[in-house]
Amino acid sequence: MKLWIKNTILAVLLVLIIAVPLLFKGGSEFGGSDGEAEEAISEIDENYEPWFESFYEPPSSEIESLFFCIQSAIGAGIVGFALGRITSKKNKEEKA
Amino acid sequence: MFLANKKTKLSVAALSTLLLLPATYASAMHIMEGYLPLPHCVAWGAVCIPFLIFGGIGMQKQMRGEGKVKILLALSGAFVFILSSLKIPSVTGSCSHPTGTGLGAILFGPSVMSILGIIVLLFQALLLAHGGLTTLGANTFSMAIAGPFVSFGIFKLMKKLKAPSGLAVFLAATIGDLFTYCVTSAQLALAFPDQGFFASLIKFMGIFAPTQLPIAMAEGLLSVIIFNILEKNCRTELTALGVIKKEA
Repeated sequence: MKLWIKNTILAVLLVLIIAVPLLFKGGSEFGGSDGEAEEAISEIDENYEPWFESFYEPPSSEIESLFFCIQSAIGAGIVGFALGRITSKKNKEEKA
Repeated sequence: MFLANKKTKLSVAALSTLLLLPATYASAMHIMEGYLPLPHCVAWGAVCIPFLIFGGIGMQKQMRGEGKVKILLALSGAFVFILSSLKIPSVTGSCSHPTGTGLGAILFGPSVMSILGIIVLLFQALLLAHGGLTTLGANTFSMAIAGPFVSFGIFKLMKKLKAPSGLAVFLAATIGDLFTYCVTSAQLALAFPDQGFFASLIKFMGIFAPTQLPIAMAEGLLSVIIFNILEKNCRTELTALGVIKKEA
């Protein structure tokens, strides 16, 4: 099987795994599972108080999502560059 | 030309390490700031130190690597960078994100990932209030040490069993991702034993595991896609790194 066919099939599977919960669990909140862990901790020990606070927190969820987008964009840029380098024809010719 | 190439590769490798810095581990997985008692924080931190020293030495060795090794290191770093920023919906109706450490562990071994991981965790704790400084040791152990070690071990085992590379990478990345969450659950259970350690362990696993399973599989698939491309284009480097055997 050609590489791109194999990878396309894998990519479609990947999208399905992510899309299925969105399509079939439409009513869910999709909150983070660490929030649930926090709740579980307070169930076990009602009096537990976090004894240390973060020095800096993003001021709003918009700013937080900005950080996330920057992170993904930079990561994707580097992966793209690296894959381009790795698969470039010129590189292969130089090696030969 | 060769010199310029070498410089670019070096700077890409350095850049990608820097880029890991502001990585933001969103919701799940990381133990929140202040949520582990002090003795636990210190103990987990101490456990991590030998791995980090070993990882630092390994990383230096890889940076001197030949050919496309440095760009592979950059790729592994950037892979963690992307995956850790993606909060993905799961069948349980809540969200979590993959770790992305499996691919790098397969290519470079688990100890190198401990360095990449702790840099990510440190800066995310400082800049994004995810995870925390006090819980850094525990989080480093689960995400940057335990997970990658399991990924690496499973990959080697599968290769020994003569499994095809794709299957080996998929299982390694998926199980490594899941194992990170198992360790997190165990760490929380040790700190908060409800009716004993195991009762708590089951409780925390019940929160993390079902959400994480499909997400871990997604990470597994994506790791296979990247690995397929590398396997086709970087045979020399992958052989030198001991990831694949020489063609007979």
